[in-house]
Amino acid sequence: MSELMLDGNAAAGVLQEIFAVEMTTAVGTCDHCGAAGEVGRVQLYRGAGIALRCPSCEALLMKIVTSGTRAWVDLRGLRTLQLDA
Amino acid sequence: MRSETSRTKTIAFDVPGWPGHRAGQHVDVRLTAEDGYQAQRSYSIASASDNARLELTVERLDDGEVSPYLTEELRLGDAIELRGPVGGYFVWDPSAQGSVLLVGGGSGVVPLMAMARQRSADGSTIPTRLLYSARAWEDVIYRDELEQLGQDDGLDVIYTLTRTQPAGWQGYDRRVDRDLLAEVAPAPAELAVAFVCGPTPFVEAVAGALVELGHEPLRVKTERFGPTGG
Repeated sequence: MSELMLDGNAAAGVLQEIFAVEMTTAVGTCDHCGAAGEVGRVQLYRGAGIALRCPSCEALLMKIVTSGTRAWVDLRGLRTLQLDA
Repeated sequence: MRSETSRTKTIAFDVPGWPGHRAGQHVDVRLTAEDGYQAQRSYSIASASDNARLELTVERLDDGEVSPYLTEELRLGDAIELRGPVGGYFVWDPSAQGSVLLVGGGSGVVPLMAMARQRSADGSTIPTRLLYSARAWEDVIYRDELEQLGQDDGLDVIYTLTRTQPAGWQGYDRRVDRDLLAEVAPAPAELAVAFVCGPTPFVEAVAGALVELGHEPLRVKTERFGPTGG
């Protein structure tokens, strides 16, 4: 456990800005281990951007880097994302 | 604005067009300096939902970028940039079936206070227990109001003071551990949901102990504060 770890809740604002819907209750499935869970539960680390990691296997799920006018979102670690339709 | 403790202050904002919020949600506060430099932090909303106003309780971190401004520099009538309400995961559910456990460490009590206030505003009778860990009695935020909520609304408030205790203190005097939670938490079959908020090591310890006691991990919702907040 790292003291620098937060949870997916902390990304609620930036995710809402990018996806325009509430994302912390969306359910993501980890492409590495197959564990599924709400985005609010995942591990979150801040550096130059935000890294979201699987709480089960710690594989990288999503990376987000924002500048003032653009956002880069890497979703390679997510197999699926289920949202309220 | 009102001082809660020597390090925390509650600031009320009038927000035209505020859509209301769910207890437990937060806002992102963005400050922009004259040279364009921006700093942004998330703060839990402390107040129950209201269509024109919201309150934040901010702890001053001496090496922080945003909290010293909010607690020391901000003046009545100043405008700041808020984004929110955000978050849908760590929120009070007024239809919860069973008992609710709220566990707060330090200023982690803030979103839990919003839940306690919302519960009271709704006239809810959901059995709710708040376990609040603070270093000392002087550091306990919302002391008087929590006493009121305990008397009027059946909110069960339990304190543990981990560093110093007033003379004659009858409550707990140690960090929240498995044995303490075994005494305070509802039985796993009765628990609808537990909300745990505080610094990351506190949240890890509490959430881990709850799971060890047999609580379903999905019923234990956490919100961690980092050491680099503020």
